[in-house]
Amino acid sequence: MSTHKLPRKSTHIDMTAMCDVAFLLLTFFMLATKFKPDEPVVVKTPSSTAEVILPDNSILLTVDKDGKVFFDYDNKKAKRMLIEKVNEEKKLQLNEEEMVSFVNGASFGSSFSQMKQYLDIPPMEQKSFAFTGIPIDTSYFAATNELAYWVQSARRAGQDQNPLKIPIICIKCDASTAYPKVKDVIKTLTKNDITSFNLLTSLEAAPFGTELYNSQQAAAKTH
Amino acid sequence: MAEIQEKSGGGKKGGVKKGKKLSTRIDLTPMVDLGFLLITFFIFTTTMSKPKTMDIVMPSDKPLPPNVKPTLVKDYTVMTVLLSKEHRVYYYLGIGSDPLNPPKVNVTYFQNKNGIRDALIALHTRVLEERNNGAAGHDPSDVPVVIIKPDTTCTFDDMVNMWDELRINDIQISAMVDISDVDRDFIKATETANGG
Repeated sequence: MSTHKLPRKSTHIDMTAMCDVAFLLLTFFMLATKFKPDEPVVVKTPSSTAEVILPDNSILLTVDKDGKVFFDYDNKKAKRMLIEKVNEEKKLQLNEEEMVSFVNGASFGSSFSQMKQYLDIPPMEQKSFAFTGIPIDTSYFAATNELAYWVQSARRAGQDQNPLKIPIICIKCDASTAYPKVKDVIKTLTKNDITSFNLLTSLEAAPFGTELYNSQQAAAKTH
Repeated sequence: MAEIQEKSGGGKKGGVKKGKKLSTRIDLTPMVDLGFLLITFFIFTTTMSKPKTMDIVMPSDKPLPPNVKPTLVKDYTVMTVLLSKEHRVYYYLGIGSDPLNPPKVNVTYFQNKNGIRDALIALHTRVLEERNNGAAGHDPSDVPVVIIKPDTTCTFDDMVNMWDELRINDIQISAMVDISDVDRDFIKATETANGG
């Protein structure tokens, strides 16, 4: 009996194809990516079955678990107009650099008196600033309530920048925030005639057998 | 893996010098490594889907114009829900305005079975049945109404869960009102009855 020798195969694999795939995916992710701005606080949002996608041009009010309120606006042009206006009206004496820092930076969450001090910090270290939250006064009006002032000015700036698109207000609130803190934010909005707004939630499926589940199924069938 | 071409030391002496044939194949393994490393980086930093939101409409704080009459809710269509500490939900039927005849207060949680959802479904079916029975004040266009009264001890999570339950059970009319001392007493009484 002759021993049958297997032919020796090379262990080299042609990597060209794999390389192609890797770079194709890389290109995709590079183009699809939109960098998250580094948020000053971590917020764990509650989940709900709501499916409305966060609209563009939205004013984002972040409320952390201690009830500190942060302000942000995703429309950079309007945000620039906003800070110029705020600088002038509140006499903050911000220079060009500080205003750019505000426009490109993450959410801002302190009183006007601390603003200059905050914007002087280099952007990478702004996260560790001791935020006190935007003060909410129980009068709920823009003259003394800083949150109301921010929201009103931002809405005005948004409308000046694009009159066809009214900015939407979105509240991103931590699930464990106590109700009185949330109520202050909501009251500030309703007292200033903003009765419609969005709450940021993470998506969960509609429970089986409920009205919502049935209507979703019916809608899916007709498509 | 990289191919190294070894020099054959002390080969033929003399003879014609041949140009060495270099392989045109490049080992791509490091390049693939780099590619996947960058992919991983972009996957982690990317925000692919836009976040989802729940749209809420709150009643205006402005007083009604004098010629507009506020719509009154009918007691039989109403369920009042009190949100309290530790994610507890207290509920009773009606608006609980009659001090001589206090409502029966139940306590439950946000859960799939025997939770607040079952109470809402029961309310929904009962109102749909009763509105057609021709009793005084019942009208076929009546719909179930839920009044939410969050206590100061509840959290944002409870509010969102409650609104979500209303969405899930197709209850279209709801209102969020401040809690009253009477309601706080209801909670306390139920707590003591249940042994804390």
